[in-house]
Amino acid sequence: MPDVHSLVNDFVNQLKKRKIEGSQATAKQAAELLRSVISQQRVPQTNQATALINAVRAVGEKLIAANPVELAVGNIVRRVLHIIREEDLSLATAAIAGLELSPGSDDEDDVERDDYPVLSAAAVAAAARSTLRPPSLQTLLEDTPISAANPHTSSSGGDSEGKSRSVDKSSRGRKLKHDVIEAVNELIQDISTCYEQIAEQAVEHIHQNEVILTLGSSKTVLEFLCAAKEKKRSFKVFVAEGAPRYQGHLLAKELASRGLQTTVITDSAVFAMISRVNMVIVGAHAVMANGGIIAPVGLNMVALAAERHAVPFVVLAGSHKLCPLYPHNPEVLLNELRSPSELLDFGEFSDCMDSASGGGSLHVVNPTFDYVPPKLVSLFITDTGGHNPSYMYRLIADYYSADDLVVKRRPATGS
Amino acid sequence: MDARRAPRAVIDPKVRKVGFFAPPDPIPLNISPSVNSLSPVMIPPPRHSSENLNINTRYSVTSPSGEESIAISSSSSELFPPPISPAPSSRIVAGDGGGIAASSFPRGGFDVTAVKASIGVPVCKLTTVSVVNADSLAIDEREKADKGGGSAMEVKDQAMNSKQKKEKSSKAERRDLQEAQRAAKAAVKAEGNKPSGSVTSVNLKSAKAAKPPQKVDNTSIAASEKKGGDRPSEKDRKKDVPHPRLQYDDKSRVEKAKRRAVVNQTEARNRVELFRHLPQYEHGSQLPDLEAKFFQIDPVHPSVYKVGLQYLSGDISGGNARCIAMLQAFQDAIKDYAVPPEKTLVRDLTAKISSYVSFLIECRPLSISMGNAIRFLKSRITKLPPTLSESESKTSLQSDIEHFINEKIILANKVIVNHAVTKIRDGDVLLTYGSSSAVEMILLHAHELGKQFRVVVVDSRPRLQGKVLLRRLVEKGLSCTYTHVNAVSYIMHEVTRVFLGASSVLSNGTVYSGVGTACVAMVAHVYHVPVIVCCEAYKFHERVQLDSICSNELGDPDVISKVPGREDVNLLDAWANTENLQLLNLMYDATPSDYVSMIVTDYGMIPPTSVPVVVREYSREQVWM
Repeated sequence: MPDVHSLVNDFVNQLKKRKIEGSQATAKQAAELLRSVISQQRVPQTNQATALINAVRAVGEKLIAANPVELAVGNIVRRVLHIIREEDLSLATAAIAGLELSPGSDDEDDVERDDYPVLSAAAVAAAARSTLRPPSLQTLLEDTPISAANPHTSSSGGDSEGKSRSVDKSSRGRKLKHDVIEAVNELIQDISTCYEQIAEQAVEHIHQNEVILTLGSSKTVLEFLCAAKEKKRSFKVFVAEGAPRYQGHLLAKELASRGLQTTVITDSAVFAMISRVNMVIVGAHAVMANGGIIAPVGLNMVALAAERHAVPFVVLAGSHKLCPLYPHNPEVLLNELRSPSELLDFGEFSDCMDSASGGGSLHVVNPTFDYVPPKLVSLFITDTGGHNPSYMYRLIADYYSADDLVVKRRPATGS
Repeated sequence: MDARRAPRAVIDPKVRKVGFFAPPDPIPLNISPSVNSLSPVMIPPPRHSSENLNINTRYSVTSPSGEESIAISSSSSELFPPPISPAPSSRIVAGDGGGIAASSFPRGGFDVTAVKASIGVPVCKLTTVSVVNADSLAIDEREKADKGGGSAMEVKDQAMNSKQKKEKSSKAERRDLQEAQRAAKAAVKAEGNKPSGSVTSVNLKSAKAAKPPQKVDNTSIAASEKKGGDRPSEKDRKKDVPHPRLQYDDKSRVEKAKRRAVVNQTEARNRVELFRHLPQYEHGSQLPDLEAKFFQIDPVHPSVYKVGLQYLSGDISGGNARCIAMLQAFQDAIKDYAVPPEKTLVRDLTAKISSYVSFLIECRPLSISMGNAIRFLKSRITKLPPTLSESESKTSLQSDIEHFINEKIILANKVIVNHAVTKIRDGDVLLTYGSSSAVEMILLHAHELGKQFRVVVVDSRPRLQGKVLLRRLVEKGLSCTYTHVNAVSYIMHEVTRVFLGASSVLSNGTVYSGVGTACVAMVAHVYHVPVIVCCEAYKFHERVQLDSICSNELGDPDVISKVPGREDVNLLDAWANTENLQLLNLMYDATPSDYVSMIVTDYGMIPPTSVPVVVREYSREQVWM
């Protein structure tokens, strides 16, 4: 446990100090952290799932509070919670199924049966359905019964049960934990390979002699473009440098070294150049449930220019960037102001500030993100394929369970 | 002005119809000649060729009025006494030949180059007037490059001149001729021309217009002009058509231009394919070279030379500052100017100014406002009464320049400030982009008036002009917010007005301004914030533009790879060695007129749709002032 605590604290500190850059790296680290939290969490005899969920929630709450703007952390916490629920459910249904197939045949089944003594028929049916079908709509429609039923039943089951079956239960608990960790490993795997899956689709979207514009740097975009290049497509790329971080320089250098015709332009030249561009391809910081994106600053401008010239605006996003929240006033609430030193040197204006004591004042605004509303986005390309902005809510429902949308308040009401 | 206008109207009601604004068709030129004459004046980018044209114009201009006709005759006689005789024969007008440009003899070359350019200018065919201009230009001597045809043209031109004199008396005749010619043109479009003298003035203008577009090419143009001197007639037709600029993807012309250039320019490596038509040179290499040459370059006056170096090094930037510096340098040059023996002041000085202009263009492509100012100056030179002594002429020109600076720039700015200040209310948050002298004056004036408002200064790399503006505003005690162009959609929520400066306003309402202006205007438009563009009327231009690609200026790409104060951003330091990597430093962009709520000029506050009216009604005045 101390291990986990220090790990969590380290990660929290890094998040607070904004030491971790990029939602992919953040997501991966968050997932790894949660995996160790789960593996170190001592599972009680009963209601293991609840215990795991509560542990993950407690950690997740801290992580999210550490950097509320880094939505990927919250996404991963919710994904892990969802995984726990799913695994728990599938174990339960498997048990029930086993019960039906060979009732009372062995101890394991008895345990299962005992575990859910008060499970209502409806809940069992729902659980069975949800394992047979994609969980999304089902969970949306029946989330309340299911989510309420699971913790409740397991806890009540725990209450009602004696300690006699502790051995069996612990074995089941280990099974759950094992499954969850397996699933989290898969999630981590997914996060680190989402580039490849997105890049695989590149040839379907880029044709010969295309002119593509992007802003700033995104590893996903880099891999996407390079994948098309490897497929022998030849096209040109305009890279807007993405002030004040100038990551466009990085991307341009990478692209050029991989043999793509690359032209670096200033951000202000985006409107001038967009009329000669066939497609805008950018990465996002996070994709909201309404199909809007939180993206590096400047992309709203690019999206508007693209809309003006009817240039498709394509967003590449790994599934870890899909956030189940609907944004409210995202320009301000999901934004972060960085240091003014990126724009003005400290002290550069100190002389006139003195003389301006008569009322002049100087503020420097250096936001990190832009919000691009869904109507400006033509297409999302995720590791599961291309989607409309209006479809994102549905896609997102696949990855999260509705109970977890609000990570923070759940503990108060749920436990 | 009025007097002139009236005559025009009388001459050709048709002209108006055909129209200024209608894109130049070769055919229509005939009709519109008078109109054309007006429009040509507008031509922005001055060049050698343009100079020649100016000369012509002056004559032509005069022609409309009775006085003018006289002047023409006199000029023609003076200039081309020998040619005149041949002229009659040529008179035939050979409408088809089109090359009425009389100028052939002395140096008729003027516009031929433009014709050569084939940029489409060919349409206009200058009338006799053009001939005169050609003479004025010495350029022909230099370059005799290609146009063999020019000689024939010249002959015609001469003839034309003679005709003009005679013909001027009867406009009806001219028209008839024109009509006939039109028919001929239709048959031979390429050569369409306007034989009749009446057209001449128009032709001249058109020729001028055609020339100016080619910036750096002056030399090349001049060369082409020499032989083609006659051709100007073609140009005439095009009057209003924007002059073709030098297209840098035209190798032969670029070669010619290079041969004449004072400044040694190295072609940039890694040129951007899309902008092949614009000059892309290595930056930073010319300055030391030029400085070393300071005492060797005879043809360039030291004041002009100095200004050129300041352009090159970027010490002077901003439309008004560059324009004023240039005009003052010309003032100095005129002050020290002495007419060489056996030359006339008008012609020699025009050629001189043209060579200065071409030098300045080599240092940095002219802004549209500078083109307009040069056109003004040349028209003043050509209109100098021949009766004035040399010193009187010089004094008159210097005071004209002074007047232009005061009236068109300084006073105009004051008027703009007074107009625009009425649009600032207490509690406003005003956003401006980059650094515009007009906007700065507006903000300071509003502050002096005690209005309570906040200013958002949006800036962008690589020029960071906003910082300079910000410093001046903060020093004056204004409350400012500073941010970069990417954050404009973040900050736009709180903004109530956007004030923008402009390098030029084109007659389709497009605002041609520092790169990034279009982005800011677009975001403001989306957020329903009014966009107010502040621009002096002398920067208006008849040209039209839809995108920022066809005409633009490329800055030094190296400044993109380096971020001052950010040593960590150094990934592109060796960019020139990477074959696939280009850096593009655009200087201007074109803001579509639908993003602009209002344009504040010295003539008042107008919607962008009224720009062509201002261009048409006031720009001529400027030239004839």
